[in-house]
Amino acid sequence: MTVSDAVVEKRRGLSPRQRAQRSRGIQYAVLIVIVVVAAFTANWGQIASVFFKPEFVKSAFTSGLPGAFLKTIEYTAGAFVIGLLGGTLLALMRLSRVAPYRWFATAYIEFFRGLPAIVVFVAFSLLPLAFADLVIPLDPYGTVWLALGIVAAAYMAEVIRAGIQAVPKGQIEAARSLGMPAGVATRKIVLPQAFRIVLPPLANDLILLVKDSSLVFIIGTSAAAYELTGFGRDLANTESNLTPLVTAGFCYLVITLPLGLLVRWLEAKAARAH
Amino acid sequence: MTAAAAAEPAQSLAQPLVHAVNVTKSFHHNEVLKGIDLDVDRGQVVCLLGPSGSGKTTFLRCVNQLETIDGGRIWVDGELMGYADRDGKLYRLKNKEIAAQRREIGMVFQRFNLFPHMTALQNIIEAPTQVRGESRKSARERAMKLLDRVGLADRCNAYPAQLSGGQQQRIAIARALAMQPKLMLFDEPTSALDPELVGEVLAVMRELALDGMTMIVVTHEMSFAREVADTVVFMDAGVVVEAGPPKDVISNPQHSRTQAFLSRLRSEHEHP
Ligand SMILES: Nc1ncnc2c1ncn2[C@@H]1O[C@H](COP(=O)(O)OP(=O)(O)O)[C@@H](O)[C@H]1O
Ligand SMILES: [Mg+2]
Repeated sequence: MTVSDAVVEKRRGLSPRQRAQRSRGIQYAVLIVIVVVAAFTANWGQIASVFFKPEFVKSAFTSGLPGAFLKTIEYTAGAFVIGLLGGTLLALMRLSRVAPYRWFATAYIEFFRGLPAIVVFVAFSLLPLAFADLVIPLDPYGTVWLALGIVAAAYMAEVIRAGIQAVPKGQIEAARSLGMPAGVATRKIVLPQAFRIVLPPLANDLILLVKDSSLVFIIGTSAAAYELTGFGRDLANTESNLTPLVTAGFCYLVITLPLGLLVRWLEAKAARAH
Repeated sequence: MTAAAAAEPAQSLAQPLVHAVNVTKSFHHNEVLKGIDLDVDRGQVVCLLGPSGSGKTTFLRCVNQLETIDGGRIWVDGELMGYADRDGKLYRLKNKEIAAQRREIGMVFQRFNLFPHMTALQNIIEAPTQVRGESRKSARERAMKLLDRVGLADRCNAYPAQLSGGQQQRIAIARALAMQPKLMLFDEPTSALDPELVGEVLAVMRELALDGMTMIVVTHEMSFAREVADTVVFMDAGVVVEAGPPKDVISNPQHSRTQAFLSRLRSEHEHP
């Protein structure tokens, strides 16, 4: 609030503090009305038994939830590695002096960022039909990692490119003046600094990837390959109850919330370093 | 400078270590160097003076090929920088070959440019191990000697952000020396420093000069130039206006542009 605003408020007879108090009072009043209406209109018993039935939570744990949890992590981690390697390569191509590399990288990045990820997954589900003798190794991991990683690489490429460009020019000049060839300077001087700069946004991409791994069921994996969403959906279907899906949903939070905290911590650390 | 001497640089010791002939350089039709001739003998210190924008930095960067020159030639220790001369025709060297030429030339920047993700020691051993294939052990031993020489052996494990500007610049000098260069280029090495930190960096440079290192130093520190330089070169607007021993160029400048520059510098020094 600026000084002149405060002066205007004074004239109306309300200090800034009084105004804030009044606004807070209104917000609490609205909240109370909503809670009261919800309490009297909703059928809480039914909601609880559909979404949060303890016996189904228990059966989810005994019928394979931990395995699905692990699968989600494995799918995400592998895709992250592919995305990171592919993204770094694409970022370097995008900044290359060789024009065709730049064209390819730009086309790739724009294509896969513009496409809904689900389209890529549908395409992967149809691949075995189109190419009868196509074998992607490490089934089911290979297919999943590729499908997720191909899209992730496009997003990460842009983040990494920004990081590379944020490394001060003087760093490259110092490396060159010491006689480092371009490859060594990139590997030893530029990339380590670029990754430090892009750590927070990369961790953010990791969170998105955790959530995107839920699209895997579109590929049509077998039950043994289910990750959290596939597992939750399947069990919710057979039990005619949403509790398994809700439980799977909470498992995502167990992964994403700590990652979110990590991002914030990294951002704060980066801000302190400047 | 005769044409014959320019055409066939002998590698004898009598030949200057740096031999620049008619160097020209433009940035987008803006001619920044308009034919610079400069010789630096082995073990000599040349101080480059001149107003801001006169092309001093650009010239240093041309010497180690951070910039490509548009005309003229630069030899360092008998090697033509950046090009191969085949029957009078110049062919650009491969990037790898230019990188190899740069190894013989150390450069110290105004803003230090230490690698922030490495400790002082790692900064110093990085190039010798990566580029020269020197073992970490021997590179480390030499690095510790260099750190000792610049008075910072106790800070070997500090990161650049933990060091003062003067300390960072001394590490930067040690880093350049670790490649055992024949020639050291300094681009206003004390201009970014707080006044109380200038002395420690100049002291290291003075020692280096006494040890016989060949140096080209861009600086506004007149007392350093007067004491240490064998030759002072005054540049303005992309040309060498005046060159000679410090007692001539600094104490008794012949050219009006040199006189104007020095008196401006002196008045800035007295009333900053
Ligand atoms: N990379 C560049 N692109 C365009 N102009 C440049 C570049 N580097 C230097 N210049 C110009 O060249 C001139 C000389 O610059 P510089 O060599 O840095 O002078 P000095 O070091 O003597 O102050 C200045 O006018 C500067 O603007
Ligand atoms: Mg300069």
